Amino acid sequence: MTISRRTLIGSAATGAAMASLPMGRARAAGGKSIKIAVISDFSGPYRDDGGPTSVACVEQAVADFGATQKGYNVTVLKGDHQNKPDVGTALARQFYDQGVDLVIDVPNTAVAIAINGVAHDKNRAFIDSGAAGSSLTDKFCNAQSIHWTYDTYMLAQSTGGAMVKAGGKSWFFVTANYAFGHLLHDQTAAVVKSHGGTVVGNVNYPFPQTTDFSSFLIQAESSGAQVLGLANAGADTVNSIKQAHQFGLTKKMKIAGLLVFINDVHGMGLDIAQDLILTESFYWNLNDRTRAFTKRVLPRTPNNYPCMDQAGCYSGTLHFLKTVHAMNNMAAVKNGAELVAAMKKMPTDDDAFGKAYIREDGRFMCTAYLFKVKKPGESKIPWDYYTLLASTPANKAYMPMSEETACKLIKT
Amino acid sequence: MMMIFGKPAPLLFGQLLLGIINGSFYAMLSLGLAIIFGLLRVINFAHGALFMVGAFVTWGLHHYLGIGFWPALLIAPVIVAALGLGIERGLIRFTYKLDILYGLLLTFGLALVLEGLFTNGFGSSGVAYNAPDLLSGVVDLGFMFLPVYRGFVIVAAIVICTAVWFTIEKTRLGALLRAATENPSLVQAFGVNVPRLIALTFAGGVGLAGLAGVLAAPLYSVNPNMGSALIDTVFAVVVIGGMGSIGGAILTGFGLGIIQGFTEVFYPPASSVVVFAVMAIVLLTRPAGLFGKAA
Repeated sequence: MTISRRTLIGSAATGAAMASLPMGRARAAGGKSIKIAVISDFSGPYRDDGGPTSVACVEQAVADFGATQKGYNVTVLKGDHQNKPDVGTALARQFYDQGVDLVIDVPNTAVAIAINGVAHDKNRAFIDSGAAGSSLTDKFCNAQSIHWTYDTYMLAQSTGGAMVKAGGKSWFFVTANYAFGHLLHDQTAAVVKSHGGTVVGNVNYPFPQTTDFSSFLIQAESSGAQVLGLANAGADTVNSIKQAHQFGLTKKMKIAGLLVFINDVHGMGLDIAQDLILTESFYWNLNDRTRAFTKRVLPRTPNNYPCMDQAGCYSGTLHFLKTVHAMNNMAAVKNGAELVAAMKKMPTDDDAFGKAYIREDGRFMCTAYLFKVKKPGESKIPWDYYTLLASTPANKAYMPMSEETACKLIKT
Repeated sequence: MMMIFGKPAPLLFGQLLLGIINGSFYAMLSLGLAIIFGLLRVINFAHGALFMVGAFVTWGLHHYLGIGFWPALLIAPVIVAALGLGIERGLIRFTYKLDILYGLLLTFGLALVLEGLFTNGFGSSGVAYNAPDLLSGVVDLGFMFLPVYRGFVIVAAIVICTAVWFTIEKTRLGALLRAATENPSLVQAFGVNVPRLIALTFAGGVGLAGLAGVLAAPLYSVNPNMGSALIDTVFAVVVIGGMGSIGGAILTGFGLGIIQGFTEVFYPPASSVVVFAVMAIVLLTRPAGLFGKAA
């Protein structure tokens, strides 16, 4: 067999077309039609924090809402943004043009900001659960978008504030050199300073080409700082922590993982992750309601427990469906601004986050939980990884709206 | 404390050592690439993915079969080499008569397929693998604490690189390999099975990637993208060293590791770019690479 130029080009073209085609799961026809599109990372570094488990959570929300019984025909679509803003923008346009009522998830702040703009242009609803950048409800806020689950400001307040109060006064940061890393570093550094701490150094390392962090870790160690602040995410955080262990840094410094999901802890293993301090707004084993939710959703995602990002997709979808039902006007649902305004008026209540609400600027206001990762011996059941240290109420965790907000929705 | 260019001397000694450790991986990976390119004229873009497979096989041996690090050091490269043999016989050999770009496209596609399969099977956040007990812990070198395992990696890399260089440049087998690429029909006329020789060379080259994967498993996050993060730098190493030059790949691998290590102290954001800056300078002044023969 020889491979001709034509077959090669042909297969390459087919591959490209397949990659950009949204993968759909249609349901039986009939009833009022609602389309929800999960745009997430299905193939790259944030797949385990979003991806298929986010889809499972959205589907669980549709089931828990009782869509079929209430006479709705809900279709859940999915698209892989590949962590590229241009791919994400094209997908979002395509989905909205196909009549999608809600785009949800979108980890990666750069892609989220891009899709945020598309939602505004098309006047359709957008709930971001996976991205961290607090700029989504600040500089980039709009009437069509809601930022669910967490943001950089809240991570800085919760993890940063707690570590300084516990005596970690001097900090050395290792920062991913792009928008997200800088935002996380700047906001945490501000918290450290406001609590009387000092920042003795910072390294901006190239993202995403760095796998070896030993050089930065040695610099952190020789700085004499008490706390190592990791302003990065995903595999970078895992690599940083794994290597900090190898160099025995954990004996001299405390490590603050400024953005760590439970899936990262699972990937590292408790041998490495033990004693790490981190913040999430959802943990499956937090209370009876979170355990009940997790028990329901696990059959859809047996190998990957939901983290806060994915639980946020559940919570956001459920609230969206409740609002649609309460509005009882399918024409108004197609008006993104009107729909999101109605979502903001109604308080939220679900098993994953309990009672909460959405602020005027689109910020979902939920409690931030500070956790410590358990030692291997303390973990009794699968994915039993966290001990709760403290909780910060929403009004303390998120950036106050009065504080120099750049959000145009707020009339001052 | 003694200062060099405004940085404490112990910090710089530490960086030198860390640079050599990273250089060990560059050297081992670029070595396999250089062998495959030098003898087969195939630009193997799947090399990073096969490095990743090596790390996953190491983890899998322990996770599913309870086989530890030391046996894995032998078993995993053999499994990866066997996979390489299948890839060469099943796919790559069809590209030998075509333009060199077809082999590149094919292996690039293979890398994407392998990464996709592992992402689907094991997720993106990776799996846990720790250094064997014998090699855990740190030694105090006075100017820094060196993890024992990293010291082991340096020694292992030097031994492996020297052995491979010796085999190719100084033994009868190596001479046959080099002859087979210069003039396959003549070597065949002497009764040597050239296609088998080439297939085994490819298997050997990717086996080296698998071996590097085993050594990397306790150091880095074992995840499906771990290879693609390294492969760009490794290609730059091969180009700087001179495409196909075995010794060049080894020396450049260690050299660039050290240059990168120092960049990480003086201006960290440039540490990924510095390799390519060196590559540009080398290509401008010596287009065939530092150790390459002029084309």
